[in-house]
Amino acid sequence: MTPPPAEAAVTSAALAPATAREETPFRRFVADFAESKVAVGAFVVFVVIALLAIFANVIAPQNPYDLAQLDIMDGRMPPGTVGGAGFTYILGTDDQGRDMFSGILFGLRISLMVGAGSAFIAFIVGTSLGLLAAYFGGRTDTLIMRLVDLQLSFPSILVALMILAFLGKGILNVVIAIVVVEWAYYARTVRGTALVERRREYIEAAECLALSKPRIVFRHLLPNCLPPLIVILTMQVARAIALEATLSFLGLGVPVTEPSLGLLIANGYEYMLSGRYWISFYPGIALLVTIVVINLVGDQLRDVLNPRLRK
Amino acid sequence: MTVYLIRRLMQSALVVLAMTVILFLGVYAIGDPIEILISPDADQIERERAIAALGLDRPLWEQYFTFLGNALQGDLGRSFVFNEPALKLILQKMPATLELALAATVFAIILGLPLGLIAGLKPDAIYSRVIMATSILGFSLPTFWVGLMLIMVFAVQLGWLPSTGRGPTAEFLGVQWSFLTTDGLRYLIMPALNLSLFKISLVIRLTRAGVRETVLMDYVKFARAKGLSPNRVIFVHVLKNILIPVVTVTALEFGSTIAFSVVTESIFAWPGMGKLIIDSIYVLDRPVIVAYLMIIVFMFIILNFTVDVLYSVLDPRVRLQDQKA
Repeated sequence: MTPPPAEAAVTSAALAPATAREETPFRRFVADFAESKVAVGAFVVFVVIALLAIFANVIAPQNPYDLAQLDIMDGRMPPGTVGGAGFTYILGTDDQGRDMFSGILFGLRISLMVGAGSAFIAFIVGTSLGLLAAYFGGRTDTLIMRLVDLQLSFPSILVALMILAFLGKGILNVVIAIVVVEWAYYARTVRGTALVERRREYIEAAECLALSKPRIVFRHLLPNCLPPLIVILTMQVARAIALEATLSFLGLGVPVTEPSLGLLIANGYEYMLSGRYWISFYPGIALLVTIVVINLVGDQLRDVLNPRLRK
Repeated sequence: MTVYLIRRLMQSALVVLAMTVILFLGVYAIGDPIEILISPDADQIERERAIAALGLDRPLWEQYFTFLGNALQGDLGRSFVFNEPALKLILQKMPATLELALAATVFAIILGLPLGLIAGLKPDAIYSRVIMATSILGFSLPTFWVGLMLIMVFAVQLGWLPSTGRGPTAEFLGVQWSFLTTDGLRYLIMPALNLSLFKISLVIRLTRAGVRETVLMDYVKFARAKGLSPNRVIFVHVLKNILIPVVTVTALEFGSTIAFSVVTESIFAWPGMGKLIIDSIYVLDRPVIVAYLMIIVFMFIILNFTVDVLYSVLDPRVRLQDQKA
């Protein structure tokens, strides 16, 4: 479920501002995006990572959380060892005898799900509030924007820590924490864009037609505010994944039964000092690649979707 | 100006008050205070006595005012684990965190400024691109991951630096410091570098942007035309002018450096406030958690207030705009 919403949103965003023109906006968007080889490469890697995560249970040689498949005798094997079950542990095993490669695939799944899921919920919450602030103005605007200011004046880790200290750990609580941390970015961005857009003629026209307010806001105003939001959404997915990994590493994030990459890294931490680097190192590389690749795609999206940079 | 100051002060007080409500509700409404505050070994009579003594049988708003009153007197409860006042525990750990954060700030300046200068003066050179690409990594990589890699390379593989702990300290002004002993310095390097990573990237970007803007200014062109040496132009005319935003932002970032030290301290087992709060969360030592959050939030509000006031002193537009609104 991870990549499709973002991708679908990207396409509709590219379509939205250019529907007036006759050329196909999607093709132009793809052509613009493909100008950077690095971004295309990053996108391909991201798709591969997402597929690996989605089909983890098919690809992984072992279900790392089915105790019947684990052999404690295979614990802490270095990469390349052939285990008792007959297949090679290409990335070694952890202290419980889990195949690290399988563990990473299942961990990726949790990391991506939590990251993309919470970034998307934050997107919906933040965008709705930002649009309300811009369209209604006055007290609504002051109240919402003061909240945004307050939220942004505290660092993300502190807010997340506070929430998890009260709610305890668990996937849902991590999602709540990330949404609380991230919504303000969307709200601030969409308000800025929407304030400009709402003075345009098409909004005036819609108001003259006496369309309902929700319809004007969500059918007319929102689609024209989407491009900068898409960029933020991409970047925030990467930030959400990093934040979730950090919280899980600190032992405040996901439970042991559903380990994300961050928790895998934390599990291997104590063995790293004794030279068994692979238990932490490979999940770390998976995390690194995921975050960097999403950022590279986001960077190119920003260039493509920014009207000021358009040739 | 006075009106602005008073208004801003009132806003800050309001935020502090709001935070106490949130923290109070966090502890007393979401968690079960009886379970949190009374030992599970206590029998029924003891429990009831303790509930009455702690005032847990009274209505919530009354409890809130008791909590607020105690907090105002500096009483933020006693730690269950150490059986000491929570505030005292945190204040004891504060110097270690402050030292780490200061060291990180120093790193950010001495590494970020020259790198940013290089990248800004020759924006198209390959090394400038490498610097900028690295700074993007500094922004996007999780701190804990980089910390692990530092330990793996410099402590485990190369064995140059100690992996965790604070090492020996020496006393100065009644407080223990690491940087006064050579061995203590060795312990300080990796955590400080890890914590400063984000700030280094920030300083690089700020400096680069500043340099690129400033070298096009007329006074820089004039200084060059006058025949001043390139070094003098760069270090006196350019650098002096970009220092203001760089210093402001670095100072502003100090608060979030302290907040992010939670992560660094956990990795490097640095005995500061951040490690204390994580340990306290594990054992559900709620008075310490509440006290830490109160102190940090209070610190942030003071920091934001100071910055806002300073800005309005330096830039009259901010002040005037606020008066109109």
